[in-house]
Amino acid sequence: MTQTRGGQSLRLHRQLSAIWGTGPGFARLAAVNHSVIGKRFMATAAIFFAIGGLLGMLIRTQLASSESPFMEEGLYAQVFTMHGTIMMFLFAIPMLEGLAIYLLPKLLGARDLAFPRLTAYGYWCYLFGGTMLLAALAFGVAPDSGWFMYTPLSSRVFSPGINADVWLLGITFVEISALSAAVEILVSILKLRAPGMSLARMPIFGWYMLVTAGMMVVGFPPLILGSILLELERAFDLPFFDPARGGDPLLWQHLFWLFGHPEVYIIFLPAAGAISTFLPVFAGRPLAGYRAVVVALIAMGFLSLGLWVHHMYLVGIPHLALSFFSAASALVAIPTAVQIFAWLATLSHGRPRFSLPMLYFFGFLFIFVIGGLTGVMVAMVPFDIQAHDSHFVVAHLHYVLVGGFVFPVLGAAYYWVPHMTGRMPVNHLAKPAFWMIFVGFNVTFFIMHLTGLRGMPRRAHLYPAEPGLEWFNFISSVGSFVMAIGFGLLLLDFALHFRFGRAFRRNPWQARTLEWAMPTPPPPYAFASLPHVEVRADTLHPDRIGAELAAGQGYLGFVREGRMETLAVEAIGGRVEQVVELPRPSYLPLFTALATGVFFMAMLFKVYVVAALAPLLVVALFLRWTVGRGRRSDSGPEDVGRGVSVPSHFESRSAPSIWAMMFALIADATLFASLVFGGLFLWISAPGWPTPVMPQPDGIATLAMLAVAGLGCLSAWRSIPSGGAGRLAPLAFTVILHAGTMIFFAWSAAAIADPTEHAAAATVFFALCYAALHAAIGLVFAGYGLWRAATGWVSSVRLLDLRIGLLFHLYAFAAAAITLAFWWLMATLGGTGIPA
Amino acid sequence: MFPAIVLAVPLVLSGCAGDASALDPAGPDARAIARLWWVMFYASIVLFALVMGLFALVMLKPGAGARLPEGRWILWGGLWMPVPVLMALLVVSLVQGEHLLAREGSGDALRVEAHARQWQWEFRYLDAENRPVTVDVLHMPVDRPVEVVTTSEDVIHSLWVPVLGGKIDAVPGHRNRVRLLADKTGNFGGLCAEYCGTGHTNMRFRVLVHEPEAFRALLERGFVE
Ligand code: HEM
Ligand SMILES: [Cu+2]
Ligand SMILES: [Cu+2]
Repeated sequence: MTQTRGGQSLRLHRQLSAIWGTGPGFARLAAVNHSVIGKRFMATAAIFFAIGGLLGMLIRTQLASSESPFMEEGLYAQVFTMHGTIMMFLFAIPMLEGLAIYLLPKLLGARDLAFPRLTAYGYWCYLFGGTMLLAALAFGVAPDSGWFMYTPLSSRVFSPGINADVWLLGITFVEISALSAAVEILVSILKLRAPGMSLARMPIFGWYMLVTAGMMVVGFPPLILGSILLELERAFDLPFFDPARGGDPLLWQHLFWLFGHPEVYIIFLPAAGAISTFLPVFAGRPLAGYRAVVVALIAMGFLSLGLWVHHMYLVGIPHLALSFFSAASALVAIPTAVQIFAWLATLSHGRPRFSLPMLYFFGFLFIFVIGGLTGVMVAMVPFDIQAHDSHFVVAHLHYVLVGGFVFPVLGAAYYWVPHMTGRMPVNHLAKPAFWMIFVGFNVTFFIMHLTGLRGMPRRAHLYPAEPGLEWFNFISSVGSFVMAIGFGLLLLDFALHFRFGRAFRRNPWQARTLEWAMPTPPPPYAFASLPHVEVRADTLHPDRIGAELAAGQGYLGFVREGRMETLAVEAIGGRVEQVVELPRPSYLPLFTALATGVFFMAMLFKVYVVAALAPLLVVALFLRWTVGRGRRSDSGPEDVGRGVSVPSHFESRSAPSIWAMMFALIADATLFASLVFGGLFLWISAPGWPTPVMPQPDGIATLAMLAVAGLGCLSAWRSIPSGGAGRLAPLAFTVILHAGTMIFFAWSAAAIADPTEHAAAATVFFALCYAALHAAIGLVFAGYGLWRAATGWVSSVRLLDLRIGLLFHLYAFAAAAITLAFWWLMATLGGTGIPA
Repeated sequence: MFPAIVLAVPLVLSGCAGDASALDPAGPDARAIARLWWVMFYASIVLFALVMGLFALVMLKPGAGARLPEGRWILWGGLWMPVPVLMALLVVSLVQGEHLLAREGSGDALRVEAHARQWQWEFRYLDAENRPVTVDVLHMPVDRPVEVVTTSEDVIHSLWVPVLGGKIDAVPGHRNRVRLLADKTGNFGGLCAEYCGTGHTNMRFRVLVHEPEAFRALLERGFVE
């Protein structure tokens, strides 16, 4: 029996490997597999961490004595700006994306993420954008206005070089990967789970990432909008932030922190999710308070979107308004406390064993609790008056970020690197490394609370030669060298692990989650067949399940027509719903990312002709992605094993790509909403309003345009239900309506005499361009639908392409109508003052 | 013994400081903030010790915490403990903030305009006939509030006088207000807290707090010695 079962496993393994594997040599550049890309994300992020850490050490070297001649102020500015930027954008976010990409399918019981090529595209965008920033550092033209790039310092007048452009463009390039990862993670969690795994049975890490990715979808767009606006101001003189022309530097701060605060929780939550996954294993029992933790997470997600003003207590906002944000900031401590006590409860009701991940949990708890406490302190307006922009804040943010991210991630590394290598940690250097990092960290940063309160401002490369400051800073720098040696040992420890780690067979930690129900290192297809989950998915028995799945006893335990198949479930309940056919490895993500890079480089070097053409190339390449995807005939329900048949995702009403479109549009709408907020904010807050240079909309044209938008929605809608060739007419009509919309808005934008004269004109101009751009994209979608329908990829069952298009059409026409409303609003308000 | 240590901590931690330490206040506002800080500091030590103590307990004495049901752990630790602490703290800081950040000027305050530019502070005294100006030195009388209005010519700066507990950004296009009140005469440090370019580090200024008569005399002479 076992003999035949073993033989069957091996045969299945060979068949699956042949179609899921990534090729050797150059074919690696075509990799789309989540294990491969996840590891690439994490390795690249680790390298950026080393570079950022090195820059941190340079800072500490400079600050070791009061009048240090080591760096001059310009270089120091580049170093601290790049340190902060690298740590936040090129280390923390990509690291958590990598972790999620690698783990999620395995925890959820799927063979891959929903959009493997998008994963790869995101990785390349991250790599190229990050490289842009590093190259700037190497050439000495790195950004130097601080990691939050406050304008006017970052404006063309006060930063005439390309330094600030490198930041705005490079980071926006990298953000493409953050957004694409967020959408992909959301969809994969909601759809690509093992059958039977309802949301309530999901391993807790899934909940953490669901909330995190949701926050990313609405957190990043304000920053992306801000970066676009600032780049437009720098490149084309549109005065969004210039107080002399109706702009306001505070608009940048709002947009930045609308992103910046959620960002901190975006970084913390996945790390906490890793803890909630490995801590129960070492406690020997499932996580206590699963529901309470889920509620806490969701509360945290919502609260964190309403806190951004606590970075702006001293910009002149009335105290009453500040109190609201202060209260919200303090309240965030509650869901955090809920999690901490859920962990303590888990340990108290289990039989805890100490091990390396738990050692890092101890480090996390110690440091993060202090960071949380100082966080409550700086949330108090009176105290923040003193602490703001001092080294107290530097101390606080490192306690939160290093405690809340680096330590948990190192714990997670000791826990999951064995999954990637199939070997156990060696254990000689790990403990000394931990203690050096831990002690070094506390020595370095605890003291900064004090230097801050003693009047040491952040971002200053010299300080008064007082014995107090001098000694404290010196000790702090010594601590940072101890920490650096600790990180060196850690690196060595992992090198030893890769080389000498003892191999194990399966599930070395006796975990109860699905990622251990597979061979380690994992095969590219992850699961030879997919499990059916009937209990909470952190109470499973991976050893038993693993053998069954390997033998093909789960769903999809076979290879069909060489397809890469996995299952999708109904989002909440977890009933099997469709079989998803994933795309094969492809060079297209790389090429598309390169083309995207051409756009960003052309913007950077102000070759605007190329910058205008590159997006066309990107669109063409994206269209190329779709060639050959889909079916030429209706196939109906397909057998997925265990006596179940479900339709293919090409025929499903709720295919993953429809969900993805929805989330992408939510992100897009958030960006647009931020713009509307920006316009109203300028009207309320900026000097130089009301203004006579407000472009006025035309009544008749507006009505006509509204009619077109309404018709557009209608005709896009009509293309779905009608069968056969009948849908070509509404699609063609949609094309025409988009074209009309595009011309209307482009013409309206061009009719604005001089958008550089006043922020009012610039804002309206931007909104009009936004609507025109969406009409242009809608045109592509409608044309694409027409082409797919005409070439036989669409039937009354296979409607996926049209359904995705429909969502976009509806959004684009709605955006057109809202743009018009916004224009009228601005024209009305911009001519009047604020009601006193 | 223990109270002595508790009392000694602030002395040690704030001792040996220069003339720009928030822990070494020279006015009632800064003193109130410093008091808030020490209260929060000690409360934090207690909370920190509590969490770490519980962690030590559950790790070192397995089963010791099992008598308390899981739900209680989470409810007490996650809700009943933080909520009252946070509420109390919020009320205190709301009251204190309302007092510190009262944006409308009080009647007898001396009015000064602080105009920031890369990398210099220009103080203009609005209450004197000829509106004299001092650069990188702020003169003020003791025991009388000074209402400083900050403006900026170029980028964002931030005026900070740690010993008086005042900090406010100087944002181009905006006029912000901060009240400074000293109850000690002396020569104190002030600085720019917001990064404003390569001269940021050296954008420091002095705050000279005089006896009222001496200040009036200086003001009348337009601060020329
Ligand atoms: C090797 C360990 C590290 C050292 C020695 C270090 C040191 C420092 C120092 C001294 C500053 C203050 C610079 C100044 O204001 O003049 C700073 C700023 C900063 N650090 Fe770190 N840091 C380390 C790790 C990290 C990590 C892991 C993160 C985030 C995940 C981080 C994020 C930041 C940020 C965002 C800033 C603010 C930068 C700015 O003001 O623009 N650091 N770091
Ligand atoms: Cu924040
Ligand atoms: Cu400054």
